[in-house]
Amino acid sequence: PRPSHFSPGDEDFQENHERQKHKGKRRNGDRPKNKRENQRRKRSSNSEPETSEESEDEEEVNNDGEVRPELLSPEELEKLKEAVDEKKKLIQSLRGKPWPMKQKLVTLRESQLFVEKYEGALGKGKGRKLYAYKVMMTKKWKKFQRDFENFKTACIPWEMKIKEIESHFGSSVASYFIFLRWMYGINMILFGLTFGLVMVPEALMGRPYGSIPRKTVPRAEEAGAMDFAVLWDFGGYAQYSVLFYGYYNNQRAIGWFKFRMPLSYFLVGVGTVAYSYMVVIRTMARNANESGVGDDNSFNFSWKMFTSWDYLIGNPETADNKFASITTSFKEAILEEQESRKDDNIHLTRFLRVLANFLVLCCLAGSGYLIYFVVRRSQKFALDGLENHTWWERNEVNMVMSLLGMFCPMLFDVISALENYHPRVALQWQLGRIFALFLGNLYTFIIALMDAINLKRKEEKVVKYNITMWEASLYNGTGSENSTAPPVTIHPADVPRGPCWETMVGQEFVRLIISDTMTTYITLLIGDFLRAVLVRFLNHCWCWDLEAGFPSYSEFDVSGNVLGLIFNQGMIWMGAFYAPCLPALNLLRLHVSMYLQCWAVMCCNVPQERVFKASGSNNFYMAMLLVILFLSTLPAIYTIVTIPPSFDCGPFSGKNRMFDVIQETLESDFPAWFSKVFSYASNPGLVLPFILLMVLAIYYLQSTSKSYREANVELKNKLQMVTQRLDNFVFLTSYGSDFILNA
Amino acid sequence: MGNKQTIFTDEQLDAYQDCTFFTRKEILRLHSRYHELAPHLVPMDYTNEPDCKLPLALIVDMPELKENPFRNRIVESFSEDGMGNLSFNEFVDMFSVLSEMAPRELKAIYAFKIYDYNVDNYLCKEDLEKTLNKLTKEELTPEEVELVCEKAIEEADLDGDNKLSYADFENMITRAPDFLSTFHIRI
Repeated sequence: PRPSHFSPGDEDFQENHERQKHKGKRRNGDRPKNKRENQRRKRSSNSEPETSEESEDEEEVNNDGEVRPELLSPEELEKLKEAVDEKKKLIQSLRGKPWPMKQKLVTLRESQLFVEKYEGALGKGKGRKLYAYKVMMTKKWKKFQRDFENFKTACIPWEMKIKEIESHFGSSVASYFIFLRWMYGINMILFGLTFGLVMVPEALMGRPYGSIPRKTVPRAEEAGAMDFAVLWDFGGYAQYSVLFYGYYNNQRAIGWFKFRMPLSYFLVGVGTVAYSYMVVIRTMARNANESGVGDDNSFNFSWKMFTSWDYLIGNPETADNKFASITTSFKEAILEEQESRKDDNIHLTRFLRVLANFLVLCCLAGSGYLIYFVVRRSQKFALDGLENHTWWERNEVNMVMSLLGMFCPMLFDVISALENYHPRVALQWQLGRIFALFLGNLYTFIIALMDAINLKRKEEKVVKYNITMWEASLYNGTGSENSTAPPVTIHPADVPRGPCWETMVGQEFVRLIISDTMTTYITLLIGDFLRAVLVRFLNHCWCWDLEAGFPSYSEFDVSGNVLGLIFNQGMIWMGAFYAPCLPALNLLRLHVSMYLQCWAVMCCNVPQERVFKASGSNNFYMAMLLVILFLSTLPAIYTIVTIPPSFDCGPFSGKNRMFDVIQETLESDFPAWFSKVFSYASNPGLVLPFILLMVLAIYYLQSTSKSYREANVELKNKLQMVTQRLDNFVFLTSYGSDFILNA
Repeated sequence: MGNKQTIFTDEQLDAYQDCTFFTRKEILRLHSRYHELAPHLVPMDYTNEPDCKLPLALIVDMPELKENPFRNRIVESFSEDGMGNLSFNEFVDMFSVLSEMAPRELKAIYAFKIYDYNVDNYLCKEDLEKTLNKLTKEELTPEEVELVCEKAIEEADLDGDNKLSYADFENMITRAPDFLSTFHIRI
């Protein structure tokens, strides 16, 4: 079917059609020769019973101008193979062609028939069986891939929920929920790794609870070990379980199939980080290819006209809002265009901006100092014993961090009113400041934690000395030195225990995350839900219109929520090595968040009045995630490489450094030359980050080169289009009005 | 995948999966959506490829399209007769192009078709004015409309013929950061 009017995508189809016809023409020229050879073949095949070839011969003779692969010269065979490959490529790219569906289906049918006919025939001659086998395997593989894709799409959760939010609030709010879902997927994998390879083997095949000192609640704490308050704080039975580092035994191989527990623990820790890097970078590369150049002012009006309407909107109220915001945006753009912006009072603006930045810095410094102060205070409390203090004093650190995270951004918002930036720029500054705030808080927290670790290590020396004294006293009581007295059986709960800084670190992170979660949910309930309830029900007995003026319904804060999510994930990455339960906890938290926030946004929020998406914000958030990933793995790597593990707990106890487990595995489980090679590669703890950096660099370079290539292709296409238009002009003028009438 | 359905043959479903960006399940879901638009007109059995078209008025009533100011143009661009009557093939094609997986180039081609009100393969001033009025519900004054359309043509027109050809449009739209995320309907 010839297209009725010339439109951009049809040239492709025309080209293909022409190429096909051209091919046919060529083949027709060869026909007489083939027919002669066919008859010769037939005669010879009569004497040798090759039935398959005979029937093929008949078919070939019957078809017009078709080639017989076994009679072609190698280069013609090549050309046929090329044609088949081209058809296959066409089938692959069919969905991206701008043809009407009927054309696509017809082309698909034709191409499939062509491929089927000649693919089998191509396999004649040498390597025929191998070729046929390859073809069959490719077909099976394609079918498997397609089924897998179908399965994967069926598994994607919450699709309808997100669609509802999109139609009510537009794509910017929905982008947060899509991001949340993506994070959920990552955490699912992390959970699978830590649960399946670390927690389950230890629980099933390791020594049970109560068999050795590190796995038992000490006698002193036994009384309160089951209390809810203690369990909520992750002490008591929760502390002495697979949830934390300290429970794991340092036995090299456990269970009947010799599962290498310490090795697995170490590798899972490294593997979670590696997987996270890979996923984030892969998503960034994909986004970089899709998004155009951001913040280009040369197409201001055109973009406003053609890309401002959000096709996802399906709700009348949101649509009205969108119309209003588009109109306002146009009016603003027209005003900006008409009046030349006289920069009067530029000195005042500059002064105000400097002042605002200074205030923000003061704020950041203040919050950093506050956290440091609070952490030191909590250490003092811990030394005094926690029972003597109120609930607030015990949970001070976490509460302070969460409250700072809640109130400082509001403060930054107020300060930014001084600056008088364009809203888009102001949003970027706001995001940057909140990022700095969270980062500063996190690192202050870690520094304070390092102090606590050093304290515990000093304590370790003292405890080691005490234990030797205690052991000596045991033997003194039972017999003389020379007698081979049976070892005294002491209940594991009574053995004096060494301090375990890793479990402490794990516990701190778990507590931080729980309090962060609680703060988020409570803010949501009070800030959004309670506010909406008050506005709705107090409206008829209040002096002014609550819904239109202050406080009115809240809008969904996309950037704040996304940042919160990113930092939450950073904390998981930081603490997952010391508390294998963290990914599981996070999975639960994300699951609950999804439902809670979906409900809250539909129930209590109104669509945003002015939408200023920081364009290309997708890659902006990914970049932040990558930075956070890097910064969160730094402390973990530092502790692994420099601090010796506790002597009395965890899978690496007794070793000099945690990564010695690799050395040990190389020496005992691999042949001798292996370990020599690896020892030359020196410290694995140093080589890994270096390799990661190199992979990062390679990926970045690869994606840049890809975009250059695409720019080249674009330019070529443009050139083609220009020449086509020139041809068209000639065509039009020579055929006159007939063509226009028929179009 | 084990689900016995009688609406399409397996070959038909495979063909649809090759020609669109949808999976098997989504195609079946699309069929049920198409069917509920007009349960008496649309047959449940598509194995012998019935020739059934639904009129424009039924299609633009779908919740996904109802609030879209360009809904009429969207449906017209995908219909074979240009009047907005869609067969199931065209229905699937429409949502495939507007889905998340469609590439930028494909979307640009159809966006051009949608905004081209007089179907002359150029976005002339009248096309832009109509687009703008639909977008702002005619809230702008005629002078403002004039100004915006002039500015838009000035920005995007490369060959100086005072209207936007496809090449101009494509050059402009491929750099737009919001294009992919806004030109998207989830079904």
